[in-house]
Amino acid sequence: MRDIKFLTKNFGKYDTSSIDSYLSIGGFDALKKAVTMEPTAISDLIASVKVKGRGGAEYDMGRKWSQARDVKGDNKLLICNADEGETTTFKDRELIKNDPFNLLEAMIIGAYVVGAVEGFIYMRGEYACYRPLLLDAMRQCREKGFLGKNILGKGFDFDIKLYSGAGAYVCGEGTALIRSIEGKAGRPRMKPPFIKVSGAFARPTCLNNVESFSIVPHLLLDEKGEYASCGSGNSIGTKMVSVAGNVNRPGVFEIPFGTTVREIIYDLAGGVQHNHGIRLIQFGGASGKIADASILDTPYTYEALRGAGVMVGSGGILVIDERTSVLDFLRMNQDFFSEESCGQCTPCREGNLHIKIILDKMAEGKATEEDLRVMEKIARVMSMSSLCGLGETAQNTLMSAMRVFPEVFQAGGAR
Amino acid sequence: MLAAMTKEYPLSQELREKIDRILDAHERDYTQIVNILMEVQDLNEKHYVPEPVAYYLAKKLEIPVARIFDCITFYGQLSEKPRAKYPIQVCNSPSCRVNAVNTVQMLEILEDLLDIKLGETTYDGRFTIETTSCYGACDRAPAVRINGKVYDHLDSREKIEALLRSLQ
Amino acid sequence: MTETKANEQMVHLTINNIPVEVPKGTKVMQAAAKIGIDIPHLCYHEDQRAKARCRLCSVEVTGKRRLLAACSTEVWEGMEVHTDTPIVRDTQVAILQLMLANHNQDCLNCARNQNCDLQRLCSRFNILHSNLPNVVKPEPRISTNPSIVRDPSKCIRCGRCVRACKDVQGIEALTYAGRSSDIIVTTAFKKPMETTDCVLCGQCSLVCPTGAIVEKDDTDAVLDALQDPKKHVIVQVAPSVRVALGDAFGMEPGEIVTGQMVTALRLLGFDKVFDTNFGADLTIMEEGSEFLSRLQNGGVLPMITSCSPGWVNFMEKRFGDFTKHLSSAKSPMSMFGAIAKTYYPEKAGIDVKDIVTVSIMPCTAKKYEASRPEMGRNGIPDVDIVLTTRELIKLIKYVGITFKQLPESDFDSPLGTGSGAAAIFGVTGGVMEAALRTVYEKFTGKTLPKLEFEDVRGFKGIKEAEVDLGTRKVKVAIVHTLKNARVVMEQVQKGESPYDFIEIMACPGGCIGGGGQPIGTTNEIRKKRIEALYQLDKSLPLRKSHENPDIITLYKDFLGEPLSEKAHELLHTHYHKVAPLYEFD
Repeated sequence: MRDIKFLTKNFGKYDTSSIDSYLSIGGFDALKKAVTMEPTAISDLIASVKVKGRGGAEYDMGRKWSQARDVKGDNKLLICNADEGETTTFKDRELIKNDPFNLLEAMIIGAYVVGAVEGFIYMRGEYACYRPLLLDAMRQCREKGFLGKNILGKGFDFDIKLYSGAGAYVCGEGTALIRSIEGKAGRPRMKPPFIKVSGAFARPTCLNNVESFSIVPHLLLDEKGEYASCGSGNSIGTKMVSVAGNVNRPGVFEIPFGTTVREIIYDLAGGVQHNHGIRLIQFGGASGKIADASILDTPYTYEALRGAGVMVGSGGILVIDERTSVLDFLRMNQDFFSEESCGQCTPCREGNLHIKIILDKMAEGKATEEDLRVMEKIARVMSMSSLCGLGETAQNTLMSAMRVFPEVFQAGGAR
Repeated sequence: MLAAMTKEYPLSQELREKIDRILDAHERDYTQIVNILMEVQDLNEKHYVPEPVAYYLAKKLEIPVARIFDCITFYGQLSEKPRAKYPIQVCNSPSCRVNAVNTVQMLEILEDLLDIKLGETTYDGRFTIETTSCYGACDRAPAVRINGKVYDHLDSREKIEALLRSLQ
Repeated sequence: MTETKANEQMVHLTINNIPVEVPKGTKVMQAAAKIGIDIPHLCYHEDQRAKARCRLCSVEVTGKRRLLAACSTEVWEGMEVHTDTPIVRDTQVAILQLMLANHNQDCLNCARNQNCDLQRLCSRFNILHSNLPNVVKPEPRISTNPSIVRDPSKCIRCGRCVRACKDVQGIEALTYAGRSSDIIVTTAFKKPMETTDCVLCGQCSLVCPTGAIVEKDDTDAVLDALQDPKKHVIVQVAPSVRVALGDAFGMEPGEIVTGQMVTALRLLGFDKVFDTNFGADLTIMEEGSEFLSRLQNGGVLPMITSCSPGWVNFMEKRFGDFTKHLSSAKSPMSMFGAIAKTYYPEKAGIDVKDIVTVSIMPCTAKKYEASRPEMGRNGIPDVDIVLTTRELIKLIKYVGITFKQLPESDFDSPLGTGSGAAAIFGVTGGVMEAALRTVYEKFTGKTLPKLEFEDVRGFKGIKEAEVDLGTRKVKVAIVHTLKNARVVMEQVQKGESPYDFIEIMACPGGCIGGGGQPIGTTNEIRKKRIEALYQLDKSLPLRKSHENPDIITLYKDFLGEPLSEKAHELLHTHYHKVAPLYEFD
């Protein structure tokens, strides 16, 4: 495994409370370089290394920025989604905590590229303790002229406002996040209108995840092409992964794409507690899919994981050892969605409720074949017809479990 | 019938001034309502947004009180009902729960020390034990969150006891 | 949307392999309707922005991984839509099953039995009962005010009521609260509706697809009164009821059913069937005179009409410091009631204590108006019982009257004569037009050259007109829905109102679109009812309130002059600011 620090390069290298400290390690060099470039050259650069939206949607980021630039409007918004609510996912927390100025610098570059006049950071309520850090960093940027009017004398204006959530997983969904920013309960709305055309306050909006943003300044300064040298195919560069569950050293790791799952779990995260065997691994948080230990030698890339029936998603990797049964794990996962569904569309609101009832019946050994059939049908209806991505993916885990562990789904079969 | 139930001023001058300061810090921007509510809620020892406070905010921010109520009931960290002074929140998501040895044991110790079960409040109204969705401290388990602060690596009875003693 | 304009860009698609051509921007649901396919839906309502929440209208579109909501998906060139594939059917049935499992299925005990969208759709898909365990949370009905009853156990969280309250009325008394399976529709802090910003207009009850929000049912009280031999029960019917009632009996929207309605009321057993139009003419006499008096004596202007009780509630709650702008004249219903409890018993030789006055109204807020202590004297209310159009429908069905076949008959006298001016009270702009007909002739002493005031007609939210009274021009505005009322009231609040006289109706289209009208009332139907009332006006020989012979007699025999002491005592009222639940200085 190559030891490469790219996104985590600045971690521990400067005093996060001081812009001078950041400047002393070359902070804002990327922005200074960016404003000498054509905005389209920057989005092309991002596209050339195939950066996929790191929040989980995997949308081509370079394309997103060039589309956002093409949208007409003189009051465009740039929003940073810092609402990482997926379970087993805390990589954005580390990026905010250890390198706040890089994130702000990235957003300023983003504003320059897409032509945004205002930026919002929407951070989950759980990270409220980092508000002072970000607010102070923003204040210092303003003092130094990196935010505000006529940035770097290049005649573009941009400022950032910080919004906080208050404990709602669904607010990570773009339209829900926007509703929350508008001062409402964060329930998703239908699309269209699409966010890029009519986002927060009906303004054209470009929305990216913390990790996606954070890549940009490093990429601009990567003259040797180190980033592009990692990975292959559509999986270029590095990825932040959060590993937790029954591992010895849970944490956030930056890995080059192509690192195997085994290397991540055993080398980086210290292996499974007490050397237990692995029951299952959930990739991408509560809305992710699961695999058994046969996935260990699969390289961590978008393509290979998909081939193995799972997805990168949020970058979370939850390792469950043999002490927990598949069914118990599914019930824990279901509790999450039973709590976090926004409740507005029928399949997700009612479907989660009934799937929980049937999983509980399974645990009691009382589930009938009809129950199992109904459960599968509800899961499919949820994924096919829910209003937003939450409902669509809420039963990913269950549906992949049905595929990987068919023996669990027997009538009366509690195990 | 349509008439009001109360005409007295239900908020003390002192509380109103505190709320006004929070509103001013957010430039009386109604779009910041979620964050305003988070801060206003903590003015109350029981960490909730009482009804008259919501009406006061609605008036000051010129938004319908129904929208504020929607927010209070929608966001997990906000409450319209009084809570304990120290609501002890234990993560209910798989990444913590699969660490049964740690998390379940921590819960048992908490229940034992406080002499309450999950979902109950101590007789003096100081502590409740409640569950919550993942708050992104999966790598710091076993952990609890109390009034927004995460207390991590609570892997012994002594550490948990010391934590409870520190909360006065 | 179905009309094809010459310059409109057309889009071609197929639905179940049938080619369809529709204008660009059309939604799949309307495109399907064009070829005769009714895609099931619950949260969708044709007068509201699409919500796409219930997901019942999910359809398959070739090339799309997931199903799309027909209510909100625009058609595109070459689109292939399928509404009847196994996955679509499975989804629709599953969604209905899921809804049903969380719905109080006490259908026989429901105001909306046989008139419920959920019931109708379950029947269509042959769903007899849910195959899922029942998960309804037992919650009591909330019946704390005279107008509206809520039954949370019937709510399917479609959000139509929330939209009506917010988008039509701009009130936002109703809201979603909570999330996941705990999400509910409620008021702030679950307070009784009447103590919130709610004005009891009932527009929520008109769009609710189930029985979660209904009018308070007073039909039993009427049946009891009708059965009591000691009671002399008289009924008055609002102008807008006669063009809406037929909807429930298989007649065309907007059909004028005055004659059948009167016959039906007689069959129900009312001793006398009178017309609120008589009260409306009386209102014009008083309100018109009040306006002239304000105009000539420097009174408070603009004067604003006060016939719409939802509007009056709004004024008292939201603009309580400006109630002096409201006309002190009571509404036609209450004026009628006052006369029915004073002049009428005198003339008919009946003890007032034995008289029960019932009014049939298009309105839920009228129930509240009737309960106001100021609407009556010596403990005797002007109006004893108010029924909505919907409750009258229920009574007619209950008694087994075959409405459509009924012969026509006329209102009783003397309180049964109304002018055309009174008939159009049911329409936005109608009160203004009626008043102008009288005000013009009284002020100028001349006969109006043309009775129709076209500028005050139409469905526009805020209309303006200027009327030349010779020595003075009068600027008027006509407003419907409270969202629009707020706009003109904010001008009044700032002292910037350019008007002398404003008509405000709480409900869209005026009373013909009231919150007590038949379920299924839409803006298209509202427009048909508006046409019908103008038609009615045109067909009447008597078209000015001040020429109503029974009104002239009433003044001669009983009241004296408009605004006389007696008229003030009986026909005028006062309004007061209603303090909010919490007041802060």
